[in-house]
Amino acid sequence: MSDKILELQNITKYFPGIKALDGINLNIREGEVHALIGENGAGKSTLVKILTGVYTPTTGKIIYQGKEYSFKNAIDAQEAGITAIHQEASMFPELSVMENIYMGHHLKKKGALDWKEMRQKTKDLLQKMEIDINPDTPVKNLGVAQRHMVEIAKALSIDAKVVIMDEPTSALTLREVEDLYKIVRQLKKENKAIIFISHKFEEIQEICDCFTVLRDGQYIGEGNVAETGIDQIVNMMVGRSLDQMFPKVDVNIGETILEVEGLSKAGSFKDVSFELKKGEILGFFGLVGAGRSEVMRAIFGIDSLDAGTVRLKGQDVVINSAREAMQKGLAYVPEDRQTQGVILEQSLTSNITLPIIDKISRLGKVDAKAEKAKTAEFGRMMEIKAAGWHVNANTLSGGNQQKVVLAKWLATEPEILILDEPTKGIDVGTKAAVHEFISEMASKGLAVIMVSSELPEILGMSDRVVVMHEGHKTKEFSRDEADSDVIIKAATGHTVESNA
Amino acid sequence: MNTIKELMKKREITLVLLVLTLTVLVNLRAPGFVSGENISRIINDTSILIMVAIGQFFVILTGGIDLSVGSIIAFSGMAASMLNQSNPALPVGLVLMVGVLIGLVLGAFNGLLVAFGKVPPIIATLGTMSIYRGFTFVLSKGQWVTAHEMTEGYMNLPKGTFLGLSNLIWAAVLVSAVMIFFSRYTRSGREVYAIGGNKTAAHFVGVSEAKVNMLIFSISGALCGIAGVMWTSRYAAAVNETATGFELQTVAACVLGGVNIAGGAGAIPGVIIGALFLGIINNALPVVNFSPFYQMFIQGLIVLAAMFINTMMDNRKEKELLNRRSL
Repeated sequence: MSDKILELQNITKYFPGIKALDGINLNIREGEVHALIGENGAGKSTLVKILTGVYTPTTGKIIYQGKEYSFKNAIDAQEAGITAIHQEASMFPELSVMENIYMGHHLKKKGALDWKEMRQKTKDLLQKMEIDINPDTPVKNLGVAQRHMVEIAKALSIDAKVVIMDEPTSALTLREVEDLYKIVRQLKKENKAIIFISHKFEEIQEICDCFTVLRDGQYIGEGNVAETGIDQIVNMMVGRSLDQMFPKVDVNIGETILEVEGLSKAGSFKDVSFELKKGEILGFFGLVGAGRSEVMRAIFGIDSLDAGTVRLKGQDVVINSAREAMQKGLAYVPEDRQTQGVILEQSLTSNITLPIIDKISRLGKVDAKAEKAKTAEFGRMMEIKAAGWHVNANTLSGGNQQKVVLAKWLATEPEILILDEPTKGIDVGTKAAVHEFISEMASKGLAVIMVSSELPEILGMSDRVVVMHEGHKTKEFSRDEADSDVIIKAATGHTVESNA
Repeated sequence: MNTIKELMKKREITLVLLVLTLTVLVNLRAPGFVSGENISRIINDTSILIMVAIGQFFVILTGGIDLSVGSIIAFSGMAASMLNQSNPALPVGLVLMVGVLIGLVLGAFNGLLVAFGKVPPIIATLGTMSIYRGFTFVLSKGQWVTAHEMTEGYMNLPKGTFLGLSNLIWAAVLVSAVMIFFSRYTRSGREVYAIGGNKTAAHFVGVSEAKVNMLIFSISGALCGIAGVMWTSRYAAAVNETATGFELQTVAACVLGGVNIAGGAGAIPGVIIGALFLGIINNALPVVNFSPFYQMFIQGLIVLAAMFINTMMDNRKEKELLNRRSL
């Protein structure tokens, strides 16, 4: 077995009020692809931030190349040879490919930047990776896959010894994934260590040698991929019985309330059809970029549709704005609650009553009494923990902010509730509370669409599951048919069902 | 054909064509507009704008804005003129350097507010715009420095010629050359692009936002210092209201030159052409019998049109990219 290049011992990381990581161990060897596996919220990204020097661990040791290290910042870790390839967050869209690669360590000659040399080196690098990109092209003109390749080239340009790839395939097509595998194998040959973050078992089987599983911020175990087998890894990853986490109760499903047919929008999704019944929770699963949120935004009238019909209670409707959608009984809780859902600098009262401000106003003036009453009613229903209804939303924890968003939309008393990643980034306890609440609302006849990237959540909560891949609906499963295997397959585009 | 299309995509080329068309049109109405003398006058008139707009360019490149440029010009110009008035024996070069230094200090103070006080640039410079203008009145006690109180040497500073071009034009050429070099061939110059393009990514590769902010506001201030001395010596008067509203012209030159007002994109040649475009318009209005009262109105109109075209072009590019996903 080759040498251990990086070792984490008993790493713990606290944030105010949250234990994000608790006793994590990680052993990375040269020339090895190591899968870091865990559900969303398991602590993978926190761990990556510790490895790359963005966070310092509260306790625990990082041993790198035989010495104990403590990275002060991202540059520190990079100079030591540990680099992470993020999604798009770390690119300069307006600047050229070569400059994206060399930003922060531009090559110089006689006091001036040496563009000729940088261009040549970029060319060599890209050639070695067998990708055909002009070094002078601005990154904004590249597709997602090409951007990713540039990120990898950047890691290689600084001669990294440990390369961390954070869900590198999530936005790639199958062919592009093959190209990526080729590069990963090449890196392996050059004796680099690769940490491969993924929750797609197919690719873990295909490309990874070893694995470490995290769950709820804890170290669960590690092993050799080939020896352990996928079933056992899945068990380690999910680890708890689904019924406990997801208190879904069986309810009587009512009549169809929403039907959509052939929804298309160029560049986002094509020919998406499904229906939704009263009392039903319809799960929408897919990888990042599959187009689920885009479909929801279009149904809710935020984005326009190129084609397709939306039928509410059997009647064709055209929804041109969020306002119209709300009037027709729809509510949409967006994914990024901080930018799209809560106004951080305003009180809970203002936040919760914002969509119904017309209803509680008389002669253009907000009725303060009604405002308070509504806030209290829905705030209590959601069990929001706050010092009072007058405090600003930014004083609340992430989980409670999520509850504020839910309360806000429930105050509109909708018939159809669309939830986009309702439990993303909140702790386990709050998650369970949100799930319980969703289930309860459905049992009262609310029709719910739940977009989620968390498979256990989809499996645990949904009456039916729609799976999307690259803008197409690939499959639909009933609660009984749905299991993680078939859903993952459909989400990675392996079984495309014709929509005819 | 394709190469022409590629070229047309380059903002600078489009702008040059626009400038040429405009010049030809004006010349049809007023023959003699395109003459060596008039062109040299237009460039001379625009030199100060070019220098200050380049400073503004760096600030806008980070996503900020410097509203205090007019006030820094006024203060450094007033200070330099008063220095010249009280010490006529002082070499003009030294007076110029004092003016630049004053501008640099005022600019650096803007930088401090933004970098360490964490005040958004628009607010910080809105404040210092008034403060520096106020300083000017306090310094001058409301008085002007007029032509007969200045030395010949001071007033000749921008007018003297070298190889047929005025010193003022030479100053603009020198500033442009140095700043183009800075923006293209130094790490600090590229870091300005990095901060404007993606702050998070810039942090990841070790670019310090505070350092960049200090640097760009200091540059903007120093260039205003040069402009202040040139302005007062050229017009042979230092008044308290010098360069009031000039910040809008500098922003206009940047926007016309294709600088993204949200930061991260743009280049100095575009800014220079943008400034010249404004200079030609200002010069042409009286020639084609347009009342100069319309000048501000027309400038505003041009800026809005430029913004509108920028946004449309960006939207189209984005659509093209989305369509490439072939859905």
